[in-house]
Amino acid sequence: MNPDSSTIAAGAPIEVDLTPIASGQDIKVFWRGKPIYIMNRTKKQVDEARQVPVASLPDPATDQSRVKDGHDQWLVVIGICTHLGCIPIAHEGNYDGFFCPCHGSQYDSSGRIRQGPAPANLAVPPYQFVSDTKIQIG
Amino acid sequence: MSGPSDYQPTNPTLKWIERRLPILGLVHSSFVAYPTPRNLNYWWTFGAILSFMLAVQIVTGVILAMHYTPEATMAFHSVESIVRDVNYGWLLRNMHAAGASMFFFAVYIHMFRGLYYGSYKEPREILWILGVIIYLLMMATGFMGYVLPWGQMSFWGATVITNLFSAIPYFGESIVTLLWGGYSVGNPTLNRFFSLHYLLPFVIAGVVVLHVWALHVAGQNNPAGVEVKTEKDTVRFTPYATIKDMFGVSCFLIFFAWFIFYMPNYLGDADNYIPANPGVTPAHIVPEWYYLPFYAILRSIPNKLAGVTAMFSAILVLAFLPWLDTARTRSSKYRPLAKQFFWIFVVVCVLLGYLGAQPPEGIYVIAGRILTFCYFAYFLIMLPLLSRIETPRPVPNSISDDVLAKTGSRTTPMVSTVIALAVAGTLFAGSARDARADEQLTPPSQQWSFAGPFGKYDRGALQRGLKVYKEVCSACHSLNYIAFRNLADSGGPGYSTAQVAALAAEYKIKDGPNDQGEMFERPGRAADYFPAPFPNEQAARAANSGGLPPDLSLITKARSYERGFPWFIVDFFTQFQEQGPNYVDAILQGFEDKPPAGVTIPDGTYYNKYFPGHAIKMPKPLSDGQVTFDDGSPATVAEYARDVTTFLMWAAEPHMEARKRLGLQVFVFLILFAGLMYFTKKKVWADAH
Repeated sequence: MNPDSSTIAAGAPIEVDLTPIASGQDIKVFWRGKPIYIMNRTKKQVDEARQVPVASLPDPATDQSRVKDGHDQWLVVIGICTHLGCIPIAHEGNYDGFFCPCHGSQYDSSGRIRQGPAPANLAVPPYQFVSDTKIQIG
Repeated sequence: MSGPSDYQPTNPTLKWIERRLPILGLVHSSFVAYPTPRNLNYWWTFGAILSFMLAVQIVTGVILAMHYTPEATMAFHSVESIVRDVNYGWLLRNMHAAGASMFFFAVYIHMFRGLYYGSYKEPREILWILGVIIYLLMMATGFMGYVLPWGQMSFWGATVITNLFSAIPYFGESIVTLLWGGYSVGNPTLNRFFSLHYLLPFVIAGVVVLHVWALHVAGQNNPAGVEVKTEKDTVRFTPYATIKDMFGVSCFLIFFAWFIFYMPNYLGDADNYIPANPGVTPAHIVPEWYYLPFYAILRSIPNKLAGVTAMFSAILVLAFLPWLDTARTRSSKYRPLAKQFFWIFVVVCVLLGYLGAQPPEGIYVIAGRILTFCYFAYFLIMLPLLSRIETPRPVPNSISDDVLAKTGSRTTPMVSTVIALAVAGTLFAGSARDARADEQLTPPSQQWSFAGPFGKYDRGALQRGLKVYKEVCSACHSLNYIAFRNLADSGGPGYSTAQVAALAAEYKIKDGPNDQGEMFERPGRAADYFPAPFPNEQAARAANSGGLPPDLSLITKARSYERGFPWFIVDFFTQFQEQGPNYVDAILQGFEDKPPAGVTIPDGTYYNKYFPGHAIKMPKPLSDGQVTFDDGSPATVAEYARDVTTFLMWAAEPHMEARKRLGLQVFVFLILFAGLMYFTKKKVWADAH
């Protein structure tokens, strides 16, 4: 009763072209049935994320650990709130990150939980840069 | 089986069967000759009501399953086909959906009865635990059933509840993947939920057999909580209990019929008339009313695993009741302290139910935590404490003594009625969405010809509304569930088949492939559906600055707004369910040229007084004089809005007139039938009192 092979095949990795995404913009793609935010963060957002004292976070993690070296402005996170599974809205909330309308969880510009009932940061899916303008998710 | 086996068939065929399979003797000793306490009150009819409801759900469910398609891209459509095209499909669907709520209403009364009268005490512990197992199976069945229509609430409710299992350490993620059959809630999930939803009711039926068997071993409890001592304490099940159960069932059916025929969407959520969209989460995810108290408990605990544990413990604690409450006196009738705490517990449950429907903010969170504590305190602190410190009143010597003494006490029915009202209150609370006052205005209540128990569609309005749809709305909005032939159906706009054929022929319908393998266009026929203005979602968005004009077939059922307290209670009695039409009418007339001072809306949107957030992507669609009517009705925006809304209400529910007509007949029948049962019961019981 575990996922059958056609479901697993449909979950094969996808490639996403980053060139249409301007600075400050984000897109949402679907992979394995889950929405994935690909955010081209502004310098301000990156700096804000890196200035937060990590120890004060409910789920401590550095911004650097959540992005790829040399591609720091790109944030790729699974857009599913770690509380009860709703889709948070991008560019909302007090931290210029994500706001989940269901129960009020707020994530910052690195997708880390800052306030609200969600226990963990937005998950980062497995992905890699196949070139400077293209990533493969999965 | 217990019970005197005095069954001797005289008929030679029956004798032949009886010798080989004594099933007739079994039925006789269990349901005819079976000695039942003579002092039972009407709270004891709910066992029969529950058996009846299980049969109703299985029969309606099996027939629905003949027409339902459990596949993600087809499920929603198949349910609409059942409601629109299957003979009496609307009736089957309403019976099954309302039936689930009725099933839970009855089971909660049945459980509260057990709690109050100590029916879980020795020697009925296994009977009680089997009941808890049935209840758990019912909850699983109900949850999976709600997923099947594959609406927004179906999908997102499934997402939230299956995600709960990820809280289990170590196994959690694997369990969730197994439930999903994939990487998220999707088609494999729907398919397996359908399979299990079909299976579990039969498992429930099996456990019910064990439940009744366990009951017959110990015999029924009774309001005095005193065991049967002599034959004088009991009466034969048939005709005494049988007729009382029949009267109980007929009264229950009247309550049931109110939902089926007159308030079919009262207990549901408007969002479930929107097809499931994995990319859009509804603003408020609310389970069905019968899960609300447990949902409130879940959300009260800020830790994910602790919240899930608390929620399941709230149900499992019931199984331990015989060992938590060890008081010798069975019935709370003779336990003055326990009685009061019981009523406080009932109120706690109703309030938890109300909280489960509210957004988890502010005062609701604090109240939820206090009430969760009270819920567990009742079982884990109060009941064990009361067993030790309470001095009960003296119980009657026997059941027959209790019956003879009964002529004085009229207070019990009063107090008992409060239970039903409290549980019914949860029903109402469950259907109230959050009471948060938005900045958005509540749409004004209009007068609709189709409102109320005798409402009908105004034929003229339907025809004018169709004209408005064709000339204005159809440029962007599809009407996928309406076929041209529906325009000639009874209870609709009332066109003749010739008019329908002519109307259909005006349209070009894509068909094919032909023998050359090419698609071609041909004139429409009566059986065709209204063609959509755009071939797919992307084309619709491209033509509408990124916005997606929704299909209008169900729009008047897919939109609603809070009525607030106490209106949602009043609405139940006045049969108010016109929130959708009020909303649509208000949107069409609610455009303002400029937003009010200090309010900005994004570029490319328009200000609308009644649209949530006020910024709608649709430009004002209606202006005076845009459509001329042949019958001379005023060519004003107000008239267009009213007529097109009436037309869209018909599009959402073409069989409304048939529903209300049959409802009246059923009500008259049930009231007469209940009356007949009542007087028969009185006659049968005349010698027993």
